[in-house]
Amino acid sequence: MARKLNLRIWRGDSTNGALQDVVVDANEGEVVLDVIHRVQATQMGDLAVRWNCKAGKCGSCSMEINGKPRLACMTQVSAYGDDETITVTPLRAFPVIKDLVTDVSFNYKKAMEIPAYSHPANLKPGEARMEQVDVERSQEFRKCIECFLCQNTCHVIRDHEENKKSFAGPRFFIRIAELDMHPLDTLKNRKKTAQEEHGLGMCNITKCCTEVCPEHIRITDNAIIPMKERVVDEKYDPLRWLGSKIRKREGIV
Amino acid sequence: MTNLEKYKYDVVIIGAGGAGLRAAVEARESGLSVAIICKSLFGKAHTVMAEGGAAASMGNVNSGDNWMVHFRDTMRGGKFLNHYRMAELHAKESPDRIWELEVWGALFDRTKEGKISQRNFGGHEYPRLAHVGDRTGLELIRTMQQRIVGLQQQDARDYGDAESHMKVFAELTVTEIIKENGKVAGVYGYWRESGSEVLFEAKSVIIATGGVGKTFKITSNSWEGTGDGHALALKAGANLVDMEFLQFHPTGMVWPPSVRGILVTESVRGEGGILTNNVGERFMFKYIPEVFKNIYADNEAEADRWYLDQDNNRRPPELLPRDEVARAINSEVKAGRGTEHGGVFLDVSKRLSAEVIKKRLPSMWHQFYELAGVDITKEPMEVGPTCHYVMGGVEVEPDTAAAVGVPGLFAAGEVAGGMHGSNRLGGNSLSDLLVFGRRAGMGASEYAKKNDDNPASDASVSAAAARIQAPFSRTGGENAYSLHAELQEVTHNLVGIIRTGVELQEAIEKIAAIRARSANISVSGDRKFNPGFHLAFDLDNMLLVAESTAKSAILREESRGGHTRDDFPGMNNKWRQVNHISSFDGNKVNVKAQALPPIPKELFDLFDVHELEKYMTPEEITKGGSN
Repeated sequence: MARKLNLRIWRGDSTNGALQDVVVDANEGEVVLDVIHRVQATQMGDLAVRWNCKAGKCGSCSMEINGKPRLACMTQVSAYGDDETITVTPLRAFPVIKDLVTDVSFNYKKAMEIPAYSHPANLKPGEARMEQVDVERSQEFRKCIECFLCQNTCHVIRDHEENKKSFAGPRFFIRIAELDMHPLDTLKNRKKTAQEEHGLGMCNITKCCTEVCPEHIRITDNAIIPMKERVVDEKYDPLRWLGSKIRKREGIV
Repeated sequence: MTNLEKYKYDVVIIGAGGAGLRAAVEARESGLSVAIICKSLFGKAHTVMAEGGAAASMGNVNSGDNWMVHFRDTMRGGKFLNHYRMAELHAKESPDRIWELEVWGALFDRTKEGKISQRNFGGHEYPRLAHVGDRTGLELIRTMQQRIVGLQQQDARDYGDAESHMKVFAELTVTEIIKENGKVAGVYGYWRESGSEVLFEAKSVIIATGGVGKTFKITSNSWEGTGDGHALALKAGANLVDMEFLQFHPTGMVWPPSVRGILVTESVRGEGGILTNNVGERFMFKYIPEVFKNIYADNEAEADRWYLDQDNNRRPPELLPRDEVARAINSEVKAGRGTEHGGVFLDVSKRLSAEVIKKRLPSMWHQFYELAGVDITKEPMEVGPTCHYVMGGVEVEPDTAAAVGVPGLFAAGEVAGGMHGSNRLGGNSLSDLLVFGRRAGMGASEYAKKNDDNPASDASVSAAAARIQAPFSRTGGENAYSLHAELQEVTHNLVGIIRTGVELQEAIEKIAAIRARSANISVSGDRKFNPGFHLAFDLDNMLLVAESTAKSAILREESRGGHTRDDFPGMNNKWRQVNHISSFDGNKVNVKAQALPPIPKELFDLFDVHELEKYMTPEEITKGGSN
């Protein structure tokens, strides 16, 4: 059942590197991570690759396969032609550490900049009541496995290192949207800070992030666009602005 | 040692899964400084793979539930080998631990009244598992990960630095727990990225490293499940309890080969999935053991009615505890009634609509569709047993999670032993790591507050450093990848789901031989992010775990829970009074028998005495519990 597969692997570090060709056995049903592991065990003992669950649940084995951001554990070898060479390279938006492993600390820094969930002070543990339909909106975003493929593919930062400072990226727009839509979160102005502090306005909704999401989260349609629309409403619509102030004064959220 | 990277914390936690993160929150909230060390990136721990839910007797779906029912179910599931006090604390405290997650932002699925919804699972009398679809573990990890970020944001406001009091050290492997004057002094390890070494001095150390699945060939565990904490504890002078008990989850994927072992959540059966063999027989009715005959349906009609009316029908046998289901599947396959690829069929498509399946079991649908080309809304899955969980682990004091015999050392979560007895119920793992993660955080904080600094000596540091350098100083030695594959063959074939004395003896000898060869592992390349180098240390841990498991298994001459002896079929009530304690003498693992702590009268009295007669000796029954 095994066939010979031509695999081209980028090897190197932050200073230099190059693509290396190897021929490796591939069996029926195997994914790209399987053949990378076989190369590691038999030909390149020190080949660096991140992985954990090998079941599409942890988001560790993100890389670019024939130029497309993908999870290596969820990419079947059979998706490529028998004679096709499969090329694996590290995520381009982040600095290379070694081989297929990149420095994704940018994402953890951004996570630190988003204020945490804020529970109503008077609501004790066990007292929360929420409708299923209301939690589902945020639950979609909480499916995120933090593979950072959306961050990697987003052209705002992929080719513009200088934007990283002021742009949190799609993963953190859905984090903000999740908190903004959380039925109990008490922190106001999440949309406004998304716009003013996290660079929501720099996104021009090309939907590249949605396309690469292995969890099929509708990042653009369900998180980014609704936040953009409402932030615009609040910014420019004086009546809506007034309405929100009056409601707040009366204590109605 | 002058250039050595050094840190000093009150509490160091090894592992950033559910137990480690819950411990970290507790320790930081008690005012102490905390280091969280993990082998992977923050948020990738194996806990994210937990699917079904967290068991807690909140009574949201059936108000008949309470901690006593949960306690009874847990003890039955573990065949009464559980440490009664751990099972008691767990049953009493898990509802509070779930509700607390909501305060930190968790979004569980809801009931019609807007409370946290609870689902059925094997061995649980009532719907008890708080869940989020079939990705509950991910919800737990994200909630606590974000809680930790929240605490760091508070530190940034109070002290001007988010990492002033709590820091995550990701992609760092701990190779040694350092002791001075008989007490914990810290830990030593290396950054996986650079290979450079790090010393953490700490008063308390919490081990929360999870399981040992990678010791086996077919497993649902991620690469991190290499028994690091079990081995670190043994080497530090702590004990492991009941390492013969391993849970083979009945339903892992079996085809294609590359996905063999990946978990198929028990929720599939909880939601109505049935198991059939290759002649279409719903075979579980043949495998209801005597002790469970009064609570499981013995015919299809009643089993099917149970999904609609749980008060007046007995449960379907697909929801027996995991050990029973795994053995049944194993027997069917051995008898030639398995599927083409050596599993059995699991079908949920006949009971639920495609829409409901995709909603309640989204990641299962996704997993089978993408990896096996199977649409579970239309066709059955092929499933078979996979090594999933180790019941055995570090012997701890139940209330504080303190490791017996090593002052300053604590353990919580899968790496700790005793809680689940001989078999864990599904859903009891996520609640276990919350309950005992918190208790370990409390125990470690209390200890750190009471004890003075205990600096690591130069001698200890030099010895730890020499051990890390060793594989680089050899050339042309053994290949860590090959030795790991050999070990997995041995455990799979000889220490697996069905065992015999002869095979276990062979396993003990083979494991010792692999261990001898592993002393001669050499590594290619340099220290920078070098998986071959990393595996050399993981393998050393797995070898100790395997030795402890095989040596405990050969002594237990009965079949109970996650330990089945072909040469000693059936449970023996005398063996219920025995724990197996593993210790390490520097060369090998030694296992001795130790009496199980007797169940106190108030817990004894929670059971019908006729049920206890199935598990206890007449003398124990007459005594009626201690005190």
